[in-house]
Amino acid sequence: MMWDDVGTAEALLEPPTGRPAVRRGAREEPALVRAALIAVALVFLLLFLFAPLASVFAGALRKGWEAYFAAIVEPDAWSAIKLTLLAAGIAVPLNLVFGVAAAWAIAKFEFRGKSLLITLIDLPFSVSPVISGLIYVLVFGLQGWFGHWLQAHDIKIIFAVPGIVLATIFVTFPFVARELIPLMQAQGTEEEEAAIVLGANGWQMFWRVTLPNIKWGLLYGVILCNARAMGEFGAVSVVSGHVRGATNTMSLHVEILYNEYNFAAAFAVASLLALLALVTLALKTLVEWLGREQIARSIA
Amino acid sequence: MSIEARNIKRAFGDFIAVNDVSLEVASGELVALLGPSGSGKTTLLRIIAGLETADSGQILFHGEDATDSGVAERRVGFVFQHYALFRHMTVYENVAFGLRVKPRHLRPARDEIRDKVLALLKLVQLDWLADRYPHQLSGGQRQRIALARALAVEPKVLLLDEPFGALDAKVRKELRAWLRRLHDEIHITSLFVTHDQEEALEVADCVVVMNEGRVEQIGTPEEVYDRPATPFVYQFLGDVNLFHGRVYDGRARIGDWEVPVPEGLHVDNDKAVVYVRPHDLEILAASDDRDALKAVVTQFATIGPRVRIDLKRVDSGETIHAEINKDRFLELQIGAGDQVSVRPRRHRLFGAAAA
Repeated sequence: MMWDDVGTAEALLEPPTGRPAVRRGAREEPALVRAALIAVALVFLLLFLFAPLASVFAGALRKGWEAYFAAIVEPDAWSAIKLTLLAAGIAVPLNLVFGVAAAWAIAKFEFRGKSLLITLIDLPFSVSPVISGLIYVLVFGLQGWFGHWLQAHDIKIIFAVPGIVLATIFVTFPFVARELIPLMQAQGTEEEEAAIVLGANGWQMFWRVTLPNIKWGLLYGVILCNARAMGEFGAVSVVSGHVRGATNTMSLHVEILYNEYNFAAAFAVASLLALLALVTLALKTLVEWLGREQIARSIA
Repeated sequence: MSIEARNIKRAFGDFIAVNDVSLEVASGELVALLGPSGSGKTTLLRIIAGLETADSGQILFHGEDATDSGVAERRVGFVFQHYALFRHMTVYENVAFGLRVKPRHLRPARDEIRDKVLALLKLVQLDWLADRYPHQLSGGQRQRIALARALAVEPKVLLLDEPFGALDAKVRKELRAWLRRLHDEIHITSLFVTHDQEEALEVADCVVVMNEGRVEQIGTPEEVYDRPATPFVYQFLGDVNLFHGRVYDGRARIGDWEVPVPEGLHVDNDKAVVYVRPHDLEILAASDDRDALKAVVTQFATIGPRVRIDLKRVDSGETIHAEINKDRFLELQIGAGDQVSVRPRRHRLFGAAAA
């Protein structure tokens, strides 16, 4: 992964060469240039990726392990962790089902309004997360379309857990579908047709033919979806109301602690999110590695 | 189990893929649906399988209406052009699939499935590949596995969509001979789609020639090749020379050459077109000009035992292609620039409207 980035940087920075002094391959640069370019890329990575990551953990552990654990098991932090897990726990399975259904419809059937559906799926990617949050405030907030009705029936959505779950679902909407659509389009419908001709019913076709063919892509999409669901800040911030111990997710809790100059605690919770990111990256790499053969096969 | 299609019509938007097609496949026959791409042959095959629905018309299996039956009820075996093997299953699991998805009370026991799959793999001579995955097989092997998989559920009819279309020429030749032998062995009513004339003529008992959604001719390979019913069939099945002429006194005149006109086409001064295959043209010495066309040899090429000669008609300047055997060519002692006489041994005349 890292070396890929270096390679890209090198290719981009490649200077236009005049007459090469030494005989070498068309795509090769002198050793000095190569070393310099690699150094530039490495320094960049070090400064902007590794240093911040290290500083998160350094900041979290500044007051020792005891303070670190205390900051995490503190009731408000613990409640934020639970809320984050709850939101992701609802949003990811729902978007998994939706993503598979949408990708299935788009990749395997022709219908009117297909391009509109694709655009709609992409919508959460193209709007700012803050706007996504505002949409829900406008619809379900006290001054919103359903505000009075909801209040009359004593249902709280905005500044409550349901709002956070809805906002999380919205921003993580495209991940699974986007991952599956090109994969399913490349695979076509012949295998499904073959299964049907051989006597399989729709259910058997899905579980025995379609799902095994998309499992790696699906897992990849779910991992990305989960990472975003847990890390989302903007949309959730708008609908949350920042009630400590009640409507704060981990990202929001980090912000509050930071604003209160409680840096060690802020970094401790932040380190959990950073850890999640690292685990996600590791899982993603593993899935890519395991699924590579499968993907190669599905394209062949 | 016979197959019958009655007045099948199917349109995709403005494009009419199948236009009022009727055909019958007798029980145990191997029939080819032959036509250029876009002629509607694959659509017709998919309608028979139930993978596509017809706008109107009927499909009958063994005389019983199956138009509204689902794919599974029709009990057809279908072989796809690109094999459509389940990529995440081994060869064994692929062939066993149709047996394993049967409802519990119809599903054979594990041992029975095993025996059956291995027997089928033997039938297609690939039992040694049972544990491989589809991507580890060659194209020809994949198609044989696809065939074994289709046969596993004991279909009443076998439908093959361009089964050899994705294979290279040599493998294709081997496989079609093999398919013919297999059919002689198991006698399952089969219908296969192809755009390759040679394939259809070599393998099938009966050929259905299609063009632009319609059936042009149905007949044995000999019939469609030797007695094409329409100009399209003439041109689609092999090379052909066209001679344009006019009708006078019940005879069509093409230059110095005259041919009798068949019934139903005897209006004086009508245009007529005569179709002659290159190997049905006789090349004669220039002196032998009775009832023949005069032409000049422009070039020739020897291909094994045959010689292909390009000629130019002296009267109209049109090009004629002829093919004769090498012995005859050497006997004639001709070369580029020499004048010869050309006389068709066999021909067919169509009115200009038909052509």
